[in-house]
Amino acid sequence: MNSIWPQLPALQIVIPLLGAVLVAFLRRGSLAFLVTLAVSWLMPFISAALLWQTMTTGPISYHLGGWPPPIGIEYRIDVLGGFVLLLVSGVSAFMIPFARQSVEREIHPSKHAWFYCMYLLCFTGLLGITVTGDAFNAFVFLEISSLATYTMIALGHDRRALLAAFQYLIIGTIGATFYVIGVGFLYLITGTLNLADLATRLIPAAVENPPAVYAALAFITVGISLKLALFPLHTWLPNAYAYAPSFVTVFLSATATKVAIYLLVRYFFSVFGVAIDFRALPVTEIMIALSLAAMFIASIVAVYETNVKRMLAYSSVAQIGYITLGIGLANQAGLTGGLTHLFNHAIMKAALFLAIGAVVYRIGSCKLDDLSGIGRKMPFTMIAFAIAGFGLIGTPGTAGFISKWYLALGALDHGWWFLVALIVVSSMIAVVYVGRVLEVVWFRPTGPNLKDAKDPPFLMMMPIIAFAVATVYFGFDTRLTAGISETVAKTLIGGMR
Amino acid sequence: MKAIQTFIDHYNYFITIFLMVAGLYVVIARGNMVKKLIGLSIFQTSVYLLYIAPGKIIGGTAPIIDPAFKVYSNPLPHVLILTAIVVGVATLALGLALVVRINEAYGTIEEDEIFRQDGGK
Repeated sequence: MNSIWPQLPALQIVIPLLGAVLVAFLRRGSLAFLVTLAVSWLMPFISAALLWQTMTTGPISYHLGGWPPPIGIEYRIDVLGGFVLLLVSGVSAFMIPFARQSVEREIHPSKHAWFYCMYLLCFTGLLGITVTGDAFNAFVFLEISSLATYTMIALGHDRRALLAAFQYLIIGTIGATFYVIGVGFLYLITGTLNLADLATRLIPAAVENPPAVYAALAFITVGISLKLALFPLHTWLPNAYAYAPSFVTVFLSATATKVAIYLLVRYFFSVFGVAIDFRALPVTEIMIALSLAAMFIASIVAVYETNVKRMLAYSSVAQIGYITLGIGLANQAGLTGGLTHLFNHAIMKAALFLAIGAVVYRIGSCKLDDLSGIGRKMPFTMIAFAIAGFGLIGTPGTAGFISKWYLALGALDHGWWFLVALIVVSSMIAVVYVGRVLEVVWFRPTGPNLKDAKDPPFLMMMPIIAFAVATVYFGFDTRLTAGISETVAKTLIGGMR
Repeated sequence: MKAIQTFIDHYNYFITIFLMVAGLYVVIARGNMVKKLIGLSIFQTSVYLLYIAPGKIIGGTAPIIDPAFKVYSNPLPHVLILTAIVVGVATLALGLALVVRINEAYGTIEEDEIFRQDGGK
């Protein structure tokens, strides 16, 4: 045991990667699922151990191949990294039982094993971005997860899934290439790729050669923003979420965009924030403006959407707006709110997309017109949907309230009352689009197409209930979410110039 | 005169920037999906040049330590770009595979035509 302990950061990546290879060789869907399940259930323990270690003994630095940084690649996990690791692996572990039957219904049997292989590769990539302390290594992991994502989206049974995957491939690659250009500039200026080393070496470089540093900041910000679907760079997201297989939509909405946000936070607060006077640049104002645009425009589009999956996808763009708003506020309470929402939104959106995935499993459609009165046929699924929907609105007693509370506090610390008002008003729009679905599923007469509809099988039902319960639980117990976010925000804001 | 001198001294960067912008333009302006991928490849290739060019030091030799040489080229950009090339090839292969599947599903690889078939969306 003692000899395994220091190797955990590497195991976090190696286990899912080996799992992906093993699954590709197995070729049988059911065996592939078992391997995926085993890997997914093992990872949260490693993540929790790492998080615990970072909280008790400080950041972990793991030297790959025994080469010390900055020459070798360093895996560096601090509290923020551990927090995101636990989020990604925990959410995946809870949702994975849903995959079996959902995938069986929506994907051709010959492709099941490949699907799980892609899933594990994507998982590897996301964990890799979180643990790595090397700018170029992050790019490689970003592309590993992205390429797997494009493939998974293209497995959707609608032919529009192919188009959505292709469009995402184009935009995603442009985003990743922008990121590499930015990293290239940083490398040319400083001669290092290690993030911690970059931050220290950028301090003199920023005085000597500010335009190059600003150019790098701009390229990296735009590149990562494409990946995290910051408004108006979100155009790939609605189609990708709407036409991907249900399980893929759940996984992507809960983890992929969150990890991209993590990377942005890392660059803003641990690299550029340390090296240059970040608050003097218009970056934060731009972030706030775009976040507000996302919160309003995407929410309003969601109100008029008739496909529930697409509606939730636009809602995701809006909710990402809240997270980036917290980043843009760049103060203690604001960043706490943003990071808390990172966690809470992952849970709530997982519950919502899982519930819709169950509906697709039963009736094969997620058009709003086809769902009238489905609440009486699938009561547990729709109760879970309602709870998570209330969380999305930010009702007190749910997780969504906590994050919006901190965001409002962050706005108040700047003395921006109008921003508090805007947060409240944009939540009202969420009332409209969530309420629209709830009205249709609970208060309309049951349609004739729903004769055989009932709650999904046990294995699919459990994750839905788990995430709905978590939505309420994290509305009361905020030690894991807001507590850790607060610690992280204090370190990050404290480290800034 | 000075401007021309600067241009000539840094001509490799201007080639890089030209390729970068040209590639990005092709991705945005062309409706044909294969052409889009070609544009994307040009765009990615320009970044390879951005990394490789500064790694070469005039008068420097391959980085194999030998008492006869004092100046070495920087090998790290080459290694990085080798990785980036692999990523680029994988992206291109996946993109082309998707185009093949789109062609099977829609009978065309022109974006306008595909949007028309899907009802204007």
